[in-house]
Order: sequence, then C-alpha cells, then structure tokens
Amino acid sequence: MQLTAKDFTAMFRQIATRIEGERNHLCELDGHIGDADHGIAMEQGFGAIVKALDTSEPATPTDVFNTAAKSFLNAVGASSGPLYATAFLRAGAAFKGKETVAIDEAPSVIEAMARGVAERGKAELGDKTMIDAWKPAAIAVEQAREAGKPLSEVLAAARKAAEEGAEATKTMVASKGRSSRLGERSLGHMDPGAASAAIIVGEICDFLARS
Amino acid sequence: MQTKKIINDGAKAVDEMVDGILAAHGDILTYVEDNPRAIVAKNGPRQGKVGIVVGGGSGHEPTFVGFVGKGLADACAVGNVFASPPPDPIMSCTRAVDGGAGVLYLYGNYAGDVMNFDMASEMMALDDIHVRTVLTTDDVASAPRDQREKRRGVAGNFFVFKLTGAAADKMMSIDECERIARKTNDRTFTVGVATSACSLPQTRKWNFEMGDDEMEVGMGIHGEPGIVREKLGTADEIVDNIMDRIFAELEAKSGDKVAVLVNSLGSTPLMELYIINRRVSQRLAEKGIETHKTWVGTYCSSLEMAGASITILHLDDELTEMLDHPCDCAMFQVK
Repeated sequence: MQLTAKDFTAMFRQIATRIEGERNHLCELDGHIGDADHGIAMEQGFGAIVKALDTSEPATPTDVFNTAAKSFLNAVGASSGPLYATAFLRAGAAFKGKETVAIDEAPSVIEAMARGVAERGKAELGDKTMIDAWKPAAIAVEQAREAGKPLSEVLAAARKAAEEGAEATKTMVASKGRSSRLGERSLGHMDPGAASAAIIVGEICDFLARS
Repeated sequence: MQTKKIINDGAKAVDEMVDGILAAHGDILTYVEDNPRAIVAKNGPRQGKVGIVVGGGSGHEPTFVGFVGKGLADACAVGNVFASPPPDPIMSCTRAVDGGAGVLYLYGNYAGDVMNFDMASEMMALDDIHVRTVLTTDDVASAPRDQREKRRGVAGNFFVFKLTGAAADKMMSIDECERIARKTNDRTFTVGVATSACSLPQTRKWNFEMGDDEMEVGMGIHGEPGIVREKLGTADEIVDNIMDRIFAELEAKSGDKVAVLVNSLGSTPLMELYIINRRVSQRLAEKGIETHKTWVGTYCSSLEMAGASITILHLDDELTEMLDHPCDCAMFQVK
C-alpha cells in the first residue's frame, strides 16, 4: 500500500471535520486556563488547509504538507499557527523527493510533527503544552517500530500515548505559554493544546489504520 | 445564552472592523497592496527614518491600529481576536515602512506574538531588511520583579509605542530608537483589575465566571484569569491596592515626574475612570511626585470586559521630550 498526495489530502479533510466537531469543547477547555479561542483557531486553521488543498491539488505528499503549513499559518497566527506550520513543514521534509509514501513508513508523520512543534515552541515534557501529547506519541511510534510491531499496533500505541499525555496535563502546572501566568491555578485543567494534539494524532492513526 | 454584541458575523468581525476603520480614517491610514490586515500610516514612513511596526491580536482597540500615524507607529499587523497576526501581514508592514534605516518591532510579550514576529523577522533578514525587536513587559502582576522579561505587555504599550515613535520621527538611529523603547519599557508599570469577563465575537460566551461581588487583580488583556481574586472594594481601596504594587517597583522620588494612564478595559465608563484618577493623583501628590501628563479613557481594551488599569511611566528629561513630541494617529493625537 502506497499513500499518494490525494490520500494525505483526505487525511487533512478527516482531521478538519473532527476538529470542527470538537470546536466548542476545545474553546471550553481553553476558557478555564486561557482565552477560550483555541477551538476557533484550530477550526480556522484546518478549514484553511482543506480550502488550499482543494484549490491547489498538490502533486506530492511533500507539497500537501507544505501547502498545509502555509495556509494554516496565515489563517491562524496565534501560537498554534507557527507551531503547526513548523510541524507540517517537518512532515513534508520527511517525505521529500517521494511521489508516494509506503503505509508502514507513514507513522513518521507523527514523529516529524512532534519534532517541528518542539523546535518552534521550545517546550519540555511537563510544561503543560501540546508537547505533552505530541512527544509521547512520537516516542511510542519509535519504540513500537524498533520492537518490530505491526502497523496497527504502532498506531494504537501512538494514539494511546497522546491521549494519556493530554490527560496527564491535568496534573501539571503550566510553565510555558499564556496559562503559565496562572501558576498553581492551572492545576486540574487539561491543556487545550494537548487536547487538540491528541485529537489530531488520533485522526492520523485512524486514517492510516483504515488505509 | 449568547452574549449581546452588535456584530453581523463573528467570523467576519475583524475584517468588518478594519473596513470601518479605513472608512473613518482614510486620511491617515491605508493598507498594503492586497492585505487589509497590514495597515500603514499614509504620512509616516519615509526615507532614512526607522520604521516602527506594532501589532497583535484584535479586540484591544485603540491598541494597536489606533496608534498608527505620523509621529507614532508607521504600521500595524492586525491579528484575529486575541490572536497574534501571522508572519504575512507583519512582513507586508515591514516592507512598507522600511526607509533604509532599519525597522523596529514593538509588541506585547506573548508566546504567539513572539513566534510570528520572529518568523517574520527571520524572513525579512533574507531580504536584507534589518529588523530589531523590543517586547513590552509592563504588567506588574504577571510575573515577579526578578523575572521582568517574563511579564506580559498591556496598557503600557501606549507609552512605549508613543515615545519610540517620537524618537523615530525625530530621525534618531535604530540604536537610539531601540534604547528609548527599552528605557521606556523599563520605567513603565501597569496593574489592572477586572470586574467582569469578556466574550469573543465567535463564541459569544463569557470566557470565565466572576461572582457579583468579586474582582480580579492582575487580569490580562485577553481575559486570562488574573493572579488574585478579591471582594470588590471601593475605588479608593482598589487604587491603593494597585498603587501600592506599582510603588513597590517605581523608583520615582519626590520631585520626579511621571505620566499617568487610567485605562478602561472596555465597558467601565469615564465616570469611574475619573474617580480612579482622583485617588491616583492624590497618591502621587502625597509622595511629592509631579504628574506631567494624564490620559484617561479607553486606550487598551479587552473587548467588553469591565475593569480598569493604571499605568505609571517614570519620566526624565529625555522621555518627557519624546512624550510631548506631536503625533497624529487615527485614534490618538498630541498637538
């Protein structure tokens, strides 16, 4: 099984639909420790990606991710704009020069995106940010592949790690981003950026599992 | 229940606001090519002058766009509500105001703004446009004094933009403009208090709960919950609470001069702001500190949030000269 530009476009469409459905939930989470706009930013960003992909019909997987980066960045700005733009650029770079991507290789999207988020945002595990979902997911992919696990198990491990990572942010005190000014008062609330990251990882895994 | 707002469509609120601003202030403002989120002063940028670019999320009007005009900021990148603008409009602004003497970015210290402005600045360097950045960090309540660089920028933007804009208008070098910006920021202190929440045009939901008898000290201008929640006091008690926090850091001695900004966060009326200012002026006078100039009104808002902030700028001769320099902006003038 080889994934083409069309497949990755479909993957973005699936993520966009799910994010649209989670918009209000993400805004509510953000209302506890931020300014209640995270769901809106994510919906705008993924909406812009789908629109750009429909108009430009990129030829290669790399072009899909580069188009996603540019459209997301310019639609959103904010913090998630540069973070996800960098994540998509790293994912695009991982497939550079390839017309198609073998399905077994596709989970590297998660590792590349996690790298991009980490490089741009410079957050560490435990800072109560989206990194707390992205990094465990990337580590799970790496470990499951090293252990020679089949694709379905690699994806299941990544999804579980992202969900647990997002859940764990409830016990963390924010030390990066806007909510860091709250200190102890951020305790008990899930970080909205980690929550949306777990949703995105989940949709990527779901899409690849069904491909 | 949705909050009441006089809008057409939450998703179009920022673009429709910009349309209205350009319709009202077309004598002063225009936008770059095909990007209405990159607003430029018609009579500001010129050859040999340091270009001043400000920007940030919408919802704080007249910050940031209202301070674009001759003698103050040359351009403003307009973001979505409470969200940093992306690099594109920042770069459009940068190109439009570059007069060969360098460009200075001035904006509040928030993670999103820093990432987007830094990305823009890195890309401008590839085009040989020399960009420097000064972040505003005037919000006393947002981090301890020894971590000043972590503090966020709030209403004190007004003074940092004004004085740096004056320096640029006087054709001072980029080194001098940057020095004035840093010096002004170092001597500017703001503390705010909120008495009710605000709601975004897209969600129309209060972004946090606040009891009828409560206020929150240290509230951020994006409606981030503040640092301490207390029972609502009288105006004098609130001002004393705020001024004590500011005096703990302000190094002004008897005989020194300050500038004062009493700012509404959105829906607090002038009547209350002037009652606040009455006590502010008493507290300054008690210490023998001379108030050189006072502004009272809405200068840095947080949508319809109720509450106010007090900003004190510790002046010296140089900063006073910059403060008194004329400027002609869409929503602010010094004659």
